[in-house]
Amino acid sequence: MPETEHIIDINGLVKRFNGTAVIDGIDLSVSKGEVVVLIGPSGCGKSTLLRCINGLEPIDAGTVTLHGEPVVHNSRNLYKIRQKIGMVFQSYDLFPHLTVLKNIMLAPMKVQKRSKEEIRAEALKLLERVGLSDKAESFPSELSGGQKQRVAICRSLIMNPEIMLLDEITAALDPEMVHEVLDVVLDLAKNGTTMLIVTHEMAFAKAAADRIVFIDGGVIVEESEPDEFFTAPKTERAKKFLKTFTYSR
Amino acid sequence: MGGAEILFIGNNFARLLEGLWVTVRISLISIAFSLVLGTALGAAMTVKNRAVRAVCRVYLEIVRVMPQLVWLFIVFFGITKLTGLNLGGETSAVIVFTLWGTAETGDLVRGAFQSVPKHQRESALSLGLTKFQSYVYIIFPQALRGLIPNIINLSTRMIKTTALVSLIGVTEVLKVGKQIIDANRFEYPNAAIWVYAAIFFMYFAICFPLSWAASRLAKKSRKSD
Amino acid sequence: MTLYALSGKIKITESLGQILVDFEFIEKFTPMYLEAARLTVLIGAAGIVLAAAVGLLCALVKYYRVPVARQIVSAYIELSRNTPLIVQLFFLYFGLPKAGIRLSSEVCGIIGLAFLGGSYMAESFLGGLTSVGKIQLESAESLGLRRHQVMNLIVIPQAGAVAAPAVCANVIFLLKETSVFSAVSLADLMYVAKDLIGMYYNTGEALLMLVVAYLALILPISVIFAILERRLRRGRS
Repeated sequence: MPETEHIIDINGLVKRFNGTAVIDGIDLSVSKGEVVVLIGPSGCGKSTLLRCINGLEPIDAGTVTLHGEPVVHNSRNLYKIRQKIGMVFQSYDLFPHLTVLKNIMLAPMKVQKRSKEEIRAEALKLLERVGLSDKAESFPSELSGGQKQRVAICRSLIMNPEIMLLDEITAALDPEMVHEVLDVVLDLAKNGTTMLIVTHEMAFAKAAADRIVFIDGGVIVEESEPDEFFTAPKTERAKKFLKTFTYSR
Repeated sequence: MGGAEILFIGNNFARLLEGLWVTVRISLISIAFSLVLGTALGAAMTVKNRAVRAVCRVYLEIVRVMPQLVWLFIVFFGITKLTGLNLGGETSAVIVFTLWGTAETGDLVRGAFQSVPKHQRESALSLGLTKFQSYVYIIFPQALRGLIPNIINLSTRMIKTTALVSLIGVTEVLKVGKQIIDANRFEYPNAAIWVYAAIFFMYFAICFPLSWAASRLAKKSRKSD
Repeated sequence: MTLYALSGKIKITESLGQILVDFEFIEKFTPMYLEAARLTVLIGAAGIVLAAAVGLLCALVKYYRVPVARQIVSAYIELSRNTPLIVQLFFLYFGLPKAGIRLSSEVCGIIGLAFLGGSYMAESFLGGLTSVGKIQLESAESLGLRRHQVMNLIVIPQAGAVAAPAVCANVIFLLKETSVFSAVSLADLMYVAKDLIGMYYNTGEALLMLVVAYLALILPISVIFAILERRLRRGRS
């Protein structure tokens, strides 16, 4: 049953900070080629969920698996699993002491030990795809926020991950740069990249998502197709949340 | 390795404390002078006139480049030789530590003023405050917050450095310690380890609270930024 | 010498004359200063290298929050930073033999400098390490880099650049601190100068040579460090 091949499986996930449950029992699966967008109010646990999937946080209950392999914080083989999970963060997290090209080439060279020429060619191709061919030899400090995020996406893509986790990647950007980054993500979505995205850009969520997952208070409140979610949300909480994005006098 | 009693025989402990007071007194006097002169120097280092700034900078670098002990030698031996005036160790020390403290304080004061962002002054002026008011209510309080921990740290550095005055003949705690050790050479052959350990912890007892306070204040001022 | 009985004014001119004139004295004792400078550099370099090693170890202990060792390191740093080097040296040189540990002047100098400098170096290194943000570590980890790779490829290059200026400042500071070595009978520059002043009363020449010797040691290093720092900053921005 190829259509239901799950990449990520989350079962009964609970995550507490100082006793308070930030994630309070979440079940979620992402299938191959699917784009799932997580939305919800600030502090609802979306970002924490992504961090748990990547093993950046220890979890208090439940399981997270990638192709059936458990993802466990601080476990010995975590680095192997992480190669298959690409993650882009909200803040510009490029390595400041390396050029754009070296930022992208670092992990495939050191982790996957692929040949330098091959990686180089692929890195340049990726840069071309995101419209940054001319920045290959620049340092991160010479780039705008939007350019940095596009490079960060390339840096994850070159590892050929099974899934990309995007954690509010445009939240720290100036408004005019949001588009250039989201265009890249939309392009990935069209080409069948499996993604789990946290965002506050509703128009983008609608355009990119195969499925919208609305989270509030650490639990999944509603799960539906984007058209349905934005036009006819089933729950009161989702209605209230969507209202915060409209203005009226 | 007994012999710790040596510290408490007769008035030995009091004598050590008296010796310590000699260096502390030198530091306190030098710090007081340095604060006044250093503030003036710091103000001079922020003026627009490039020549004034250059002169201050040269003074700072000249004082800094040489170890303090070399300066103590220059003033203590050199001035005596050059002028025939016998300054004595304590006066020489106060001169050297004041010259040094002034330079370092000046640099700290300059840094403190320049650390207040330009827009603070601009927004004060745009609120209608006069230049004088903007200094009193906006600039000084902010500059002072970062400056105080640095001044405390400088003071601890000066107190530690005054331990050098034993090398230009001032009878301070290390000299007193040696006198006690020598006088009890036969009854207490192990006195040296106890006396010098005691002096070590005496300095620690003075300097540690100061650096602790400084780091607390520095943390607090960083947090409120 | 009878001139000294005369008025201060004559003494000044006479002394100034001596400073300018007595090249014979300078020539005669230059080898002594050179030998002393060599000793200062040797002991200083050994002490500074050891201080850097101690500092790196302490910084790593604090960075990785190693239990117990962390508390010991904190206590050491406070003891080292809040006591004068000369007192540390007196304890090592005059005190420790009473406990059966007899160290030569040279060894005392090296250990003393390492004890003092270790804490300064530790704080500089730690400052560098902690300047590399958590997000840098997380993004490196999420690319699948292993712990040691994150350290070698991401943390150390960035931390090194941040710590370098502070480490350079420590080197100069410690080099200047070596001037107290004469207090534990190490025949360094101060020792020679004091000896000559005591023996020959050629104070002017002795001090002049002392100053020149220290300038010759410290100035080139300061200039090199300043150039390196500027280059480093330019590479960054």
